[in-house]
Amino acid sequence: MHAAGGPLSRMRVVPLGDTALLVELGDGIDAATHALVRAAFDALSAAGLPGVRDVVPAYTGIAVHYDPLAFAGVGPLPYDAARRTILDVLGRIRPADAASGRTVEIPVHYGGADGPDIEHVAHHTGLSVDEVIALHAGTEYTVYVIGFAPGFPFLAGLPPRLATPRRASPRSSVPAGSVGIAGLQTGVYPLATPGGWNLIGRTAQRLFLPERDPPALLRIGDRIRFVPVSGV
Amino acid sequence: MIRVARAGLLTTVQDLGRTGMQRHGIIGAGPMDAAAHRIANLLVGNDPGAATLEATMIGPVLEIDADVLLAVTGADLGASLDDRTLPLWCPVVAPRGSVLAFSSARAGCRAYVAIAGGIDVPAVLGSRSTDLIAGIGGVEGRALTAGDTLPIGAASQAAGGIRDRIRAAPDAVRSAGRSLLPRYGREPVLRILRGPEHERFTAESRRLLCAEPFEVSAQSNRMGIRLTGAALRLEGAYDLVSSPVSTGTIQVPPSGEPIVLMADHQTVGGYPRIGSVITVDQPLIAQAAPGSRLRFREVDMPEAQSLYLERERDLRIFAEALRFHYS
Repeated sequence: MHAAGGPLSRMRVVPLGDTALLVELGDGIDAATHALVRAAFDALSAAGLPGVRDVVPAYTGIAVHYDPLAFAGVGPLPYDAARRTILDVLGRIRPADAASGRTVEIPVHYGGADGPDIEHVAHHTGLSVDEVIALHAGTEYTVYVIGFAPGFPFLAGLPPRLATPRRASPRSSVPAGSVGIAGLQTGVYPLATPGGWNLIGRTAQRLFLPERDPPALLRIGDRIRFVPVSGV
Repeated sequence: MIRVARAGLLTTVQDLGRTGMQRHGIIGAGPMDAAAHRIANLLVGNDPGAATLEATMIGPVLEIDADVLLAVTGADLGASLDDRTLPLWCPVVAPRGSVLAFSSARAGCRAYVAIAGGIDVPAVLGSRSTDLIAGIGGVEGRALTAGDTLPIGAASQAAGGIRDRIRAAPDAVRSAGRSLLPRYGREPVLRILRGPEHERFTAESRRLLCAEPFEVSAQSNRMGIRLTGAALRLEGAYDLVSSPVSTGTIQVPPSGEPIVLMADHQTVGGYPRIGSVITVDQPLIAQAAPGSRLRFREVDMPEAQSLYLERERDLRIFAEALRFHYS
């Protein structure tokens, strides 16, 4: 169906139970796979297919949750009908242009009580606290996945120099708005939850906005900049 | 209005859940036993998507301060109305001032209380379901507590018909047909489909999944039913990046003991997915009490989806039959 070696040549559709299917677009966390995931997500969202309950993008693929009843017609299995409908939409996509994402600035108060682990990160990386802040705030990140918690962004782009393993023992409660580092990941906690990330700062910007539609501040493909401020 | 005199162990407001929100990291929530929830609503003339109360193991004590039509379905948690045993799976007229109470779990885990007109809490992001993780929906995004009051919506015309008929001829009460009732039973056999990582498990683990019974752990909750039993192992190392999951997905964490994801599952998960419990059998696991045992049996997609369509058809026929019976 697709030219060998084309961007969609590795696309694979498999069942995820009897009411969802999984469109696999790659196998690693990388910019090329993300560009495909975004394009597929945008196309499926825009298509507004009847019977599709949700379209959920992740790192290497997308889940399409569907109502088998809506795809139960005269002939084939609902799964086959849903699969064909979705492949039809995806046959036309091209990898999303990274530049087309929005840029969102998130003000962060680094260190102090808002970032109790910043000294630990500095110690672990051999940088000064000021260098940790300069490096973390001097980088543009891309939202690859929203998940784990309402509005929680999995961000790509953490400078490898800042990589710090997660804490040996997780905190029982991390305040909402905390900015953390775990391994090569950085992110912001939308809600107060237990968590094992190293906390380096906190933002007053809310990421989960249940009174709004959409209820998440961020979406996949957004580019994030953390802007240091003197207090939350 | 309903006044909560005692809350029970975990009583939440649930409708059919939030759809279209998982892309924002917001869980679907909704009833653990969707079949029991939908039948409860049909019995009192509600739309299947009206909000009910889901009671867990130890049910609440509810003071009813208006004449209402109600139905309790799902688990047998010892329901009574003014100290008289309440029949399950059929509509009952509860007079103003009556008290709906539950003694203790006799069979199953989760009971549904539907009231004609539905529990009329405000919808948040398109649903009245309680999302305990985000803290939205239901009553202030939390489980019920003593002292809460629950508004009831306007009952449908059908509900009026049902009530009049029951009053005129108590014997005319129509309970849900046997063919429609979930076969809860002891040591249920749950039918499963293969998951995306099924082939990555050892041949022995794939065999054990459907050969050995598993026990429901007390660590289970609305996010997932944790099982103990055979440890399922991957063939070699495999580092799965966070990937989508669905209700019924059977995840296997490094301990090797499977978790069946349920109504409050996270939108993405990081553990290999060996299989998935089919939709029509999800009520059986929702009702499996801690300490009870269950088994898995593999089916293929045509079987799973024809069972799904059959269940939907049965529910539609039941709704039609009720309309006819009470009209």
